[in-house]
Amino acid sequence: MARKHYTPYLLMTVPFFILILLFNFVPLWGWVLAFVDYTPGRSIADSPFAGLKYFRQLFDKTSDFGLVLRNTVVLSFLQLLLTPLPVALAIMITNVRKRWYSRVIQTVTSFPHFTSWIIVYSVFFAFFSIDDGALNKLLYSTLHWLDEPSNILAEPKYSWWLMTFATLWKTAGWTAIIFIAAIAGIDQEQYQAAEVDGANRWQQAIHITVPGIMPTFIILLLINIGNMLNIGFDQYYVFHNALVHERIEVIDTYTYRIGITQLNFSYATAAGMFKSFVSVALLFAANRFSRMTTGHSIM
Amino acid sequence: MKSIRLAPKEKAFDLLNLIVLTLFGIVTLYPFYYIFIYSISDPTEALRGVYLLPRGFSLDNYRQLFQEQNILWAFFISVSRTVLGTIATLIGCTIFSYGISKPFLPFRKWMYGAVIVTMYISPGIIPVYLTMKTYGLYNNFLVYILPGVVVAFFVILIKTYMEDIPKEMEESAMVDGASAYTILWKVILPLCMPVLATVAIFNAVNQWNTWVDNLYLAPKPELQTLQLLLYTYVNQQNAALSMVTSASMSQHAVVLTPTSVQMTITFVATLPILLVYPFMQRFFLKGIMLGAVKG
Repeated sequence: MARKHYTPYLLMTVPFFILILLFNFVPLWGWVLAFVDYTPGRSIADSPFAGLKYFRQLFDKTSDFGLVLRNTVVLSFLQLLLTPLPVALAIMITNVRKRWYSRVIQTVTSFPHFTSWIIVYSVFFAFFSIDDGALNKLLYSTLHWLDEPSNILAEPKYSWWLMTFATLWKTAGWTAIIFIAAIAGIDQEQYQAAEVDGANRWQQAIHITVPGIMPTFIILLLINIGNMLNIGFDQYYVFHNALVHERIEVIDTYTYRIGITQLNFSYATAAGMFKSFVSVALLFAANRFSRMTTGHSIM
Repeated sequence: MKSIRLAPKEKAFDLLNLIVLTLFGIVTLYPFYYIFIYSISDPTEALRGVYLLPRGFSLDNYRQLFQEQNILWAFFISVSRTVLGTIATLIGCTIFSYGISKPFLPFRKWMYGAVIVTMYISPGIIPVYLTMKTYGLYNNFLVYILPGVVVAFFVILIKTYMEDIPKEMEESAMVDGASAYTILWKVILPLCMPVLATVAIFNAVNQWNTWVDNLYLAPKPELQTLQLLLYTYVNQQNAALSMVTSASMSQHAVVLTPTSVQMTITFVATLPILLVYPFMQRFFLKGIMLGAVKG
């Protein structure tokens, strides 16, 4: 190919490629921070080398990183336990005989996925807050079923469950749509044959639909396992308050608070790096496992 | 009705299925409905509890809200980043994808590979924060736009789509002496409309909902988005509660309660999605289908 030929295409790609380098790769130099004693305002070159000090600090007895790691893993694990629910929802939706109604349910239940966690928090606040929450209005002020107003948003006992419920409320409908797409890919003749053989719809769901969407389910599950530590920032930042701190602080929010609020850049970077490396390792492991069992690659 | 007679068991299955799904639908939809009827209720009346219908009717909340300078400004910032960010992303991803879809492009594998890698590696909050400061993008409106000009997921979608366009269409234009940009603009772009619409919708919703960059990269009040304003508002509510009531008692002006203001901002922040999503759902679906093919 003559040089003249590809020049215009290089002009199309290279400027944007530079943007990618600037915003996704250049910041990686910041990882150096984890290995030096950095004080904001000073240049990194002037900062004394600290070796693995900050990584050791993460697992120090005095550090609360262990607690944060526990929260991250527990919350991820609870979410993993719930993965069959969207499958059930998808099966139920595809079993609705009236097409328009299944459309309505799909649209309604997947809607919260497209709102921000701040909206979700505001919604939860509107219902569960101790001052003016709808639930307290109803159960405490009006019906007097409660002896005292409940303050579930500030009750550490319920935090993990509340977070799991919030995740479910926001994402289950949309995840179900992914499974509905998988169900649509199942050979319809199987259902007709099963019907001829006298299988009812419960039996059809168990013996045709569930095995049919198993590959999709396994792949999504493995992706979620790979992302266990990447549980996200938004949800746990918005629901955070001093009372539930010990239950709700996850790695991402911890990095933010230590770094941006307390200006301990080196330690925060070490925490973030730890997360990145474990995540990539988990993802590779999950990918390997997926290729071994299903023959599909998830990356 | 279908002519097939349903066994009683089948009927029970149908009924139970419908009941459970309807309940699930209500649990999802009612909170948004509640927020809406609360926002149009009379603020003082609403304190007694709002359930199925608004209590009293008043647009004071909205009237008041649109007189607040900071709320209007936050709304403007959110709209700006949504519109400008989406235009920038469409331009960036389309041009880049077109170039990268050419098999003879030098360094093609490297550039495409680097884009894909961005889906798995993130530098983390602190490195990004320091880098943006170095670039002068800290507390700069462009920090909402520039980092999202090229998005890996969108590049995958558009490139895959472009590769399916028959080569003959381009070749005939090339024979006519059209330049690469003319071909992209006149031949490729019209054919890519479905995938570009998908990307535009996805990106617009993302931009509207994103607030973390606002939180740590653009904390100055002039750049506050509606989302973060709402969050700050909800969090300060307890403190604000006593303030508003005491002020309103003395002035006999329009009485707004913190909850009624919160509901109104929440509804305003949800409304664009509420208007767009049900009608654009097929585009979102197309997005995950296309993503599933290559992703």
